[in-house]
Amino acid sequence: MHIKPILAAMRRHRAGTVLIALQIALTLAVVCNALFIIQQRLAHLSESTGIDEANLFVIHNQWATASSAQQFDAQIQADVAVLRQLPAVRDASPFNSYPLRGGGWDDFITLAPEQIKPTTDAAVYLGDEHAIDTLGLKLVAGRNFRSDEVGRIGLRQDVLPPVVIVTRELADRLYPDGSALGKPLYAMNPAPSTIIGIVDRLQRQSVSSWDKAYAYQSLLWPLREADPQGVFYIVRAKPGQLATAMREAPKALYAQSRMRIIDPKDGELSFAQIRARAYDSDRGMAILMGIISAVLLAITAAGIVGLTSFWVGQRRKQIGIRRALGATRHDILSYFLTENLLIGVIGVAIGAVLAIGINLWMVTQFEMARLSLAYVLIGVIVLLLLGQGAVLAPAVRASNVPPVEATRSV
Amino acid sequence: MLAYYLRLGLRSLRRNPVLTGLMIMAIGFGVAASMTTFAVFRAVSGNPIPWKSGQLFVPQIDGFGPVGRDADDNGEPPDALNYQDTMALMRAHLAPRQTALYPVAISVVPDDATKQPFSVSGYAVTSDFFGMFEMPFQYGNGWSANEDDKRASTVVISNKLNQKLFEGANSVGRNIVLDNRDYRIVGVAKSWDPRPRYYDVVNTSGFGDAPDFFMPFSRAIDLQMDTDGNNNCNKSPGGGWDAWLQSTCVWLTVWAELPDAAVVQKYRSYLDGYADDQRRAGRYNWAPNNRLRNVMEWLDHQHVVPQETKVSLLVALGFLVVCLVNTIGLLLAKFMRRSQEIGVRRALGASRREIYAQFLAEAAMVGVAGGVLGLLLTAGGVFGIGLVFEPEIAQLAHVDFSLIGLTLLVSIGATVIAAFYPTWRAAQVQPAWQLKSN
Repeated sequence: MHIKPILAAMRRHRAGTVLIALQIALTLAVVCNALFIIQQRLAHLSESTGIDEANLFVIHNQWATASSAQQFDAQIQADVAVLRQLPAVRDASPFNSYPLRGGGWDDFITLAPEQIKPTTDAAVYLGDEHAIDTLGLKLVAGRNFRSDEVGRIGLRQDVLPPVVIVTRELADRLYPDGSALGKPLYAMNPAPSTIIGIVDRLQRQSVSSWDKAYAYQSLLWPLREADPQGVFYIVRAKPGQLATAMREAPKALYAQSRMRIIDPKDGELSFAQIRARAYDSDRGMAILMGIISAVLLAITAAGIVGLTSFWVGQRRKQIGIRRALGATRHDILSYFLTENLLIGVIGVAIGAVLAIGINLWMVTQFEMARLSLAYVLIGVIVLLLLGQGAVLAPAVRASNVPPVEATRSV
Repeated sequence: MLAYYLRLGLRSLRRNPVLTGLMIMAIGFGVAASMTTFAVFRAVSGNPIPWKSGQLFVPQIDGFGPVGRDADDNGEPPDALNYQDTMALMRAHLAPRQTALYPVAISVVPDDATKQPFSVSGYAVTSDFFGMFEMPFQYGNGWSANEDDKRASTVVISNKLNQKLFEGANSVGRNIVLDNRDYRIVGVAKSWDPRPRYYDVVNTSGFGDAPDFFMPFSRAIDLQMDTDGNNNCNKSPGGGWDAWLQSTCVWLTVWAELPDAAVVQKYRSYLDGYADDQRRAGRYNWAPNNRLRNVMEWLDHQHVVPQETKVSLLVALGFLVVCLVNTIGLLLAKFMRRSQEIGVRRALGASRREIYAQFLAEAAMVGVAGGVLGLLLTAGGVFGIGLVFEPEIAQLAHVDFSLIGLTLLVSIGATVIAAFYPTWRAAQVQPAWQLKSN
């Protein structure tokens, strides 16, 4: 294949060549970044919470009357007793919060009471001795809470339980040598809390970028939150009975006492709903970027088809002459494919630089990671293939130009 | 002459329906993607109170100090104030109008025992709130500063809550029971929910459900009503309500209406003086680190416009640029194919100017068609935006007259800009050369 005549021809179509190359470059830049955003978002929304999501639902129970911490606590105990007796329910426990809620209590953790700079940060969950079974957590070391260890915490009270269960991630961060069990931690308080159990995995309440540095670092204290803000009842249904349990649970609670508020709109949510809400914007971004990438690639391909078709039409006479002088159909076909490949290579070279440049700028402006080069590579291959595919039809048409064309005058 | 050019253009466009369709689609899709994302961006980035956003300020005082902060906050003081600093600002009363506020939630137990209790959310504010933020009233008014001082059990309710409790009747003067306590209704607000809800972007994303009621700040503190929003502590506040009020935990917002630069300057120096006093008193042992931001600065600082909105607008604009490059290429092909026709016209006496007019008219027709397609796709896009953005944000985007106008303008403008280079090339065609080659 002779490149020289192709370059000479390209020089005569400078504007068209530049435009196709530019379009390929811009498409590559946009598509690389869009694909990267999609991958980031999908990775984010497939992070596991570590709990038995398929069978869990959450009831946000607010109180209709003001009362004391003792009264709230008694009501909570009565409520969970009712929930645990439902035939479709495996277990239930009162909580202050749950993973994917979007925010909640978290504490700086230190290894000594007088330490000023915190060692790390932990999301704080409060639950009773049923909490681990309710969430479906796996206790990998130590023991569960005993019922006599479970206390209550009223509004703005400062209660520090002497025992705590932590996630493996938190245990390893605090005691990297693996000796966390039986050791203390300090949560913005001079009194220690001794680690009596380690669970495999429990996601934090929030999955924002701030939380990333502390991913999966959670602790569980044996407390019932008995304050006017209300409480979350997390209920674990028996397998396959989630819908039944969700129907029965609010009824049973209202039968126990009317003086509560379970918002009809979002007072009761299955974990699938909670997950969908938490990742709304991530899923939306992925969809939008997907649509834009697909349409963009289609438009670029169509543009290449259009411009190449024009060139073929313009060069019919030259093609006829070449054919008359002995060029085979294959020669003509490969001429156009090579021409497109050359333009494509120039385009993707500019595009790769542009893609990385745009990404670097976005990193400074938004919370975004660095573009991995694998995406640029994938984009380059996709665009070169797309170009070759788009040029194929006009090139075949060109190769079908008969040699007799050379003798026609117009 | 224009009519003739338009006729010529139409004929030329009809000659290659595929190429024409491709250009129209490229323009349509590019414009629709940009306009849809722009509609969302416009909805969330607007100024909620343009006539006085420059006069409403949020003071921030650093109650945490350098040790209690994250490394990545660039030395910014916390977003909220603690109770002690809030009360000091309120007592100093340097602004003609000022309010402290925090979100509260209360339960309502209907008298009718067959109805289930429900919860309402609102704000504890001071009497200046209503005037500062220009909340319109349907019935009655806000309460007076006197009632703030008397720590009165008064309440202003939203017309939605009024509808729910009193079937929309004038309920001013009536009592309602909230959390077992009687409150006297002094006003019923008209529907009022500025977007974003700039007066409380710390505890909300700025786009949640509208508040149901407003009650006096002093009364809420007396009743030990906990905040329904965020509470941040740099160290343990100790146990109990009073210890919390004494602590450096931040959970309150103060707004000050400062009508001119002199007052702003006075307020700033007061803040610095206050922080200095606190340092001397040993309460804070670091240099004053205050901020005083007006509405737009505050919204910007709080990142009220979600990142998703900005990124998708940028990507959509990139998409539009690619569509334009595509259109330039296609128009160039289309116009250059007619070199002979141009040559003949030029030879017969048409000036370059007339060639320009002819081809720009043709391009403008593509622009109009692309604009109409773009408009339809934008309408569809705004309708389907709920799939992509969070519902609270998606519902804010809407198609209105200005968006329609802008869509058409952008598509025609974009096409004419795209057509400029191909038209220039067409006008450069040498008549002699074209005629000779035949």
